[in-house]
Amino acid sequence: MQTSDTNAGSSPRKVVIELQDVRREFRVGSEIVKALRGVSFKIHEGEFVTIMGTSGSGKSTLLNQLGCLDTPTSGEYILDGTPVRRMKRSERAVLRNRKIGFIFQNYNLLAKTTAVENVELPLMYNKTYSAKQRRAAAIDALKAVGLGDRLDHKSNQMSGGQMQRVAIARALVNNPAVILADEATGNLDTRTSFEILCLFQKLHRQGRTIIFVTHNPEIAQYSSRNIMLRDGKIREDVENHNILSAAEALAALPKPQDD
Amino acid sequence: MSIINLLKVAMTAILSNKFRSFLSMLGIIIGVAAVIIMMAIGQGSKESVRAELSKMGTNLLTIRPGAERRGGVRQDPSAMQTLKPADYESILKEAILVTKVSPEVTSSGQVIHGANNTNSTVYGESPEYLDIKLWQLKDGICFNEEDVRKSAKVCVVGTTVVEELFGDKNYDAVGKTIRFKSIPFRIIGILKSKGYNNWGMDQDNVIIAPYTTVMKRISAQTYYNSIVVSAISEELSEKATEELTEILRRNHKIKEDAENDFTIRSQQEMMETMSSTMDTITVILVVAAAFSLLVAGIGIMNIMLVSVTERTKEIGLRMSVGARGIDIMSQFLIESILISLTGALLGIGLGYGGSWLARTVFMLPSDVPLWSVSVSFCVCAFIGIFFGYLPARKAARMDPIEALRYE
Repeated sequence: MQTSDTNAGSSPRKVVIELQDVRREFRVGSEIVKALRGVSFKIHEGEFVTIMGTSGSGKSTLLNQLGCLDTPTSGEYILDGTPVRRMKRSERAVLRNRKIGFIFQNYNLLAKTTAVENVELPLMYNKTYSAKQRRAAAIDALKAVGLGDRLDHKSNQMSGGQMQRVAIARALVNNPAVILADEATGNLDTRTSFEILCLFQKLHRQGRTIIFVTHNPEIAQYSSRNIMLRDGKIREDVENHNILSAAEALAALPKPQDD
Repeated sequence: MSIINLLKVAMTAILSNKFRSFLSMLGIIIGVAAVIIMMAIGQGSKESVRAELSKMGTNLLTIRPGAERRGGVRQDPSAMQTLKPADYESILKEAILVTKVSPEVTSSGQVIHGANNTNSTVYGESPEYLDIKLWQLKDGICFNEEDVRKSAKVCVVGTTVVEELFGDKNYDAVGKTIRFKSIPFRIIGILKSKGYNNWGMDQDNVIIAPYTTVMKRISAQTYYNSIVVSAISEELSEKATEELTEILRRNHKIKEDAENDFTIRSQQEMMETMSSTMDTITVILVVAAAFSLLVAGIGIMNIMLVSVTERTKEIGLRMSVGARGIDIMSQFLIESILISLTGALLGIGLGYGGSWLARTVFMLPSDVPLWSVSVSFCVCAFIGIFFGYLPARKAARMDPIEALRYE
């Protein structure tokens, strides 16, 4: 719906995500817990945003909102032009299928299933894809994350870094409006974390919109914008004009000794 | 998700837990096999009873004294003495739809030859009896009208009687004399062996003598126990029954609105009675077997619930990438249907095997009715849907956020 940016100086960019005073309350026993207390922001196409906050800051709740897994108690969330709050469960499922790519901390790959089959999964729920198109798209996505040679490896035959790459390929395969990563490097060692960050930066350069939820402040340096949450409110929302290169950081890391 | 993909997913899920899937199928396998074997034996017995009865002559009519019994009410003993020699005479003279007639007087007791004895039944009949029953002689001759007139002490015996009294069923007993209730009978003929009939009666343990001999010399009675008659043909049995009824009612001077004091039953009716008894037994057995299918269904539901809980995380992931409730629901429903239908197929195979075993090893008449196969298959499909519904709904209603977080 809104295609122009109000920020002075930058070129008109499409708004992918718009939150308008989003609030989310949970009833726990007799108490009402306010997880989000009025969050508003816009994210434009091609941004790489980190959302940071300590545990209890509401970042998981916000992620669930952004991922259409949950709906706000009040306020409105507009994803790629579609208001989400009043959508039915099944409508949101379809919306997730077409507009969102999820990446989880623990990869969440299907066990005993090959990389290609894992990547094909979102397209299984999209009837417009034929089996052939599905496979072709999955292979393309796996090539894009550098796993073109591991198409038929099963999830239990891969390292953590490889599994996360498969998960990223799965998030890319439906060509989503936004990629949502939840602590995507949380389970990986430093080196692999940087490799995955490199991949995210590459996707960013290709024009993908990425939201990376983390509690690790280091990651913010590699993204284009950083939103800090505290107690269900935005405490800080700053653009990062000095984006560090994950590739350089990776090169600077001491080489593994045991190679 | 398309049905092919759903089937693939279900297959993968079943195969990844082979032993568990087999165990949950086992109930269905056993249940279906039991149903099919029971139905096969029921059907087979019915067929063989039918064959047995038609061997006795399908145009056979039996007249018994007393009104048709209802609900086991005991009847006046005098009602059992209504068939008199006069009735026999009238039938012989008047009935035109009847070819052969034999009055029947029976007496059971010990029969002796030398040091051997056995228990048997003497049937007092007319010479036409063997023709009515389609029985044949192996040896000797049957008694004739002359023997009837003279109340001759002659008899035709079955092979069991020969075996019991002479030690060998092939013994040439023609001309020998046996004693029944101290009356000596000369054996003039031996019946061909017929073996046991379907309700376990030895058809060779019989002594057939002229009815006059039995009435006068053994039981001292003036009435018949029954009269057996051959109608001209099976089709005319019903007409013959009407004709006989008319003759007997007139003979017995029964008023217009009064009930018959005799009963005429055709072989047809006998068959129907036997069939319906068999059907009842079959239904009881099949219902018992069907209960095992119900239990098997509960087993499947149990396994599916475990499976849904185990795969909570997978469900969460599928939902997050766009599976709707209905997608998840169909995934688990198809899995449970697949389990129960695979079980049904294996059970049908086992049922055929079991029925073959019953036929060849245990010599039971058994014949798998085709409809029982299709019915069990449909029942299993229903079980898959019915008992898979609850677990599938549980899966479909999961909150994706909770499901993703589930450890």
